[in-house]
Amino acid sequence: MSSLLEVRDLHVWFEPPHAAPVHAVQGVSFELEAGERFGLVGESGCGKTTTILALMGLLPPNASLAGEVRLDGTSILAGGEDSVRPHRWKDIAMVFQGAMNALNPVKKVGWQIAEPMAFHGVAEGKAALKRAGELLELVGIPARSAQRYPHEFSGGMRQRASIAMALACAPKILLADEPTTALDVMVQAQILELLTRLSGELGLAVILVTHDLPVVAQMCSRAAVMYAGEIAETGPMDALYHAPAHPYTRLLFAATPDLYGADAVASIPGSPPRLDRDITGCPFRPRCDVPIERCARDHPALLQVETAHLAACLRAGKRGGLRAEPGADEAVRLGQ
Amino acid sequence: MTETRVSKTPLLEVADLVTRYPVRRGLMQATARAPRRWVHAVDGVSFSLDRGEMMALVGESGCGKTSTVQTILGMVRPAGGSVRLNGTDIAGLRDRQLRPVRRTVQMIYQDPYESLDPRFRVRQTVEEPMLVHGIGSSRKHREQLIVTALEQAGLRPAEVYLDRYPHELSGGQRQRVAIATALVLGPQLLLADEPVSMLDVSVRAGVLSLLDNLRTTADMGILMITHDLSTAAHFADKIAVMYLGRIVEQGTASEVVRDPQHPYTKALLSVVPKRDPRDRSVPQILTGETPDPVDVPSGCRFHPRCPVAVDRCRAEDPVLRVAPGKERTPGHPARPVHLAACHLA
Amino acid sequence: MSALMHEPATGMEPVTRSGRRGGFFWTLLKDRKTAAVGLGIIVFFVLLSVIAPYISPYSATAQSCAVFAPPSVHHWLGCDDGGVDMLSELMQGGRISLVVGFAATLVAMIIGGGVGIVSGYFGGWVDITLMRITDYLLVIPDLVFAMVIADIWGPSLFHVIMVIAILEWTGTARVIRAQVMSVKERVYIKRTRALGASHARIIARHVLPQMGPLLIANTVLTVAIAIYLETALAFLNLEDPTVTTWGTILEHAFERTAVSSGAWWAIVPDGICIALVCVGCFWLGQAIEDALNPRLKIAHLSLTRWKIRTLAGRGTDAI
Repeated sequence: MSSLLEVRDLHVWFEPPHAAPVHAVQGVSFELEAGERFGLVGESGCGKTTTILALMGLLPPNASLAGEVRLDGTSILAGGEDSVRPHRWKDIAMVFQGAMNALNPVKKVGWQIAEPMAFHGVAEGKAALKRAGELLELVGIPARSAQRYPHEFSGGMRQRASIAMALACAPKILLADEPTTALDVMVQAQILELLTRLSGELGLAVILVTHDLPVVAQMCSRAAVMYAGEIAETGPMDALYHAPAHPYTRLLFAATPDLYGADAVASIPGSPPRLDRDITGCPFRPRCDVPIERCARDHPALLQVETAHLAACLRAGKRGGLRAEPGADEAVRLGQ
Repeated sequence: MTETRVSKTPLLEVADLVTRYPVRRGLMQATARAPRRWVHAVDGVSFSLDRGEMMALVGESGCGKTSTVQTILGMVRPAGGSVRLNGTDIAGLRDRQLRPVRRTVQMIYQDPYESLDPRFRVRQTVEEPMLVHGIGSSRKHREQLIVTALEQAGLRPAEVYLDRYPHELSGGQRQRVAIATALVLGPQLLLADEPVSMLDVSVRAGVLSLLDNLRTTADMGILMITHDLSTAAHFADKIAVMYLGRIVEQGTASEVVRDPQHPYTKALLSVVPKRDPRDRSVPQILTGETPDPVDVPSGCRFHPRCPVAVDRCRAEDPVLRVAPGKERTPGHPARPVHLAACHLA
Repeated sequence: MSALMHEPATGMEPVTRSGRRGGFFWTLLKDRKTAAVGLGIIVFFVLLSVIAPYISPYSATAQSCAVFAPPSVHHWLGCDDGGVDMLSELMQGGRISLVVGFAATLVAMIIGGGVGIVSGYFGGWVDITLMRITDYLLVIPDLVFAMVIADIWGPSLFHVIMVIAILEWTGTARVIRAQVMSVKERVYIKRTRALGASHARIIARHVLPQMGPLLIANTVLTVAIAIYLETALAFLNLEDPTVTTWGTILEHAFERTAVSSGAWWAIVPDGICIALVCVGCFWLGQAIEDALNPRLKIAHLSLTRWKIRTLAGRGTDAI
């Protein structure tokens, strides 16, 4: 019953020059099934982008990594760059933040889509270009636009082209980092609809990384909310909205205005903790509105609230009771 | 939501505003003396705003909302129409004449990471407008005004922030410094260009509440540009929806959001993602993207993408008028009318 | 009032980044050896020039040994064609050469910086006009121009300084203009305009300070070129021969058959001094320019790989 992607206890550190190391990702674990749309939600600095970059092995030289990532049962990060490269783009592909501005301006779009195909033995030359045209059609752009240059495309079209590029080698997993952030609301809706359709038609698993909760609520079936490099809560979207177990999740939803909702919208006071220092106790405690005494001492691990619904809060737990040992990993059985 | 005051002169009155930019011509066209083409970024926009009111200007990129605000601010000269501030038309004024106006109208920008000079401490940034306009009799006096402004913007205790550099502040704090810098001149009208879109979600509500409070406690009029309809619905009194340089619908926030008249507004509202995952309302996704403002479609500008367009829409450009059924009811207190520019409304 | 931001002071400690000038240069010197070495060389020669009159073993003009005497215990670098001690002459020459270099650069920087800022900030016709003038001067071959001007004005140190300045300001102008054009578009400049600030104020308080490091980098590089140009002009007999500069030393040496006499000490040490100062300036200037260029920082995808750590246990406490 192994999942398509299993991430266990992922840690990422950055060592900037002349400064203390930053513990950007602190023990992140989650699973992804084939064809599933999974949201990774959080604000700036929570580590969500670093997490997915780590999955692709796209970390800078001053980064170090620990933990395990299994793709279809195979561990892909254990051997460093060499073990992840064969999978990059072939099994996992990514649409980067601001991808529509990251297209090579001097190469035709079709060529750019076809480029990775040769390396992974998917197609070459004319066949690759033909496939590029097909991919463009798949994302809603006429195939003949493959002959155009990026500057001839609008913002929305460039984002679609970036998605087509990610699909070049028919990956099983698509990582989408803030795919709609710089786009108009109508174009955003088009892109989200495209991703949903692709996920359904191609059986493509999608990890949608964003700070925009309503977007995740609309598109994903499951999500994880990240805070200070850790997962604060994870579970089905419905549970996250209607029965959040972590105060951060609840407050984050409360800070998001709803179109027809009349509830007051409130900020969360304070700011996230610095990740270059050790944190005692729960990282969210300074901003939490319902802390208990233990929160200052004990660092909560992900605890089971319901089946497949976990939260890293000392107040969470089945039927609202307090959990005993926050460090007990065996109490956590992810996914199922 | 606030009742509209029955004031004689609105704080801001924009009438038939037209702002255009020349389309750059290549060398060939210039030598062939091809007629100069213009992009009508703002093509006949009219609205008014009173003190104590917040109005949201909503629309997608290319709709002209930024150009409208830039024209009101006086950074761009309009090609037609008027911008009346407390009754006085500031549209055609030259730089020097605009100086006193600058104390009445101030702007908050979208990017908090770029809107402060990285070499200036907070104290210097907030002090600058006073030095430019000669406010404050002495250094000490100015410092008092700085502290007041910072606290009004929610940065307490202000002393802690005075000597900080921008890179030592979070996005939300920087935006508050920018607001304090605007407040120090005592403006009546505050223009805000996407004031929270680059801030973290958990911080946005605070800044928006601050603006809302300024509206009531300082009796300011606030014109906010936003692409986020949820924010507009929550915080603004009035909403104006823009498309290709025109206002296509205008009215109180609750009216526009709950009973939209224009097909574009209806579509926009339907595609706004909802927080509740159980909300399975079907979004009405329009095809294509907003056309280039250089090539405005004939007749109704929206007709190529409109799901309910008829022949009349292709030929005739609808006027922004009171939507049928939305006329003022006699006996009711005066309230902003609900306008829409659609033949089928 | 709903939850207004209460930012505890402890949550907002300054990030160690080079926000202030002092920090920037200190980090630069620590990071790049070339910058430190370059600065060291420059400082060495400047100090040497300052104390030269006090430590010169002999006179720099009067004869103190035989013509083309080789290096010896008394005269470490030997003597030149006039029997003047080479070492003293070099130190004296260094004073003038460095003064010429710095003075010319100062003038070039003022003109070039001014033109660059005005051109970049105001744009339009001002920019077009100034840039055409700049282009004219850029296109004219340096030495030909120098020769013509020196011929018209006559050889004197002052004229040499002016000629070098005229040749060099164009480079500075272009570089500064490009930077000003990009700074001008930044939001805080637009915001300050919207406040009602005058152009003068914006240039003086917002644009000019941003130019600081770039101007310094450019200045340092220009000093190297200025010193080199001075040598060239002296060598071509366009300078006052009675003044002792590194250039005239070389010129005299060649004129008076140092080569055929095999008197390398009349040529090589001088050349080394010039080369050292130029190299020092280049290293320092390039290092500053590199440090200012954000695109040269390490990108995500580079050839060096990220590292794997093995956790001894599990959980965040096991590292």
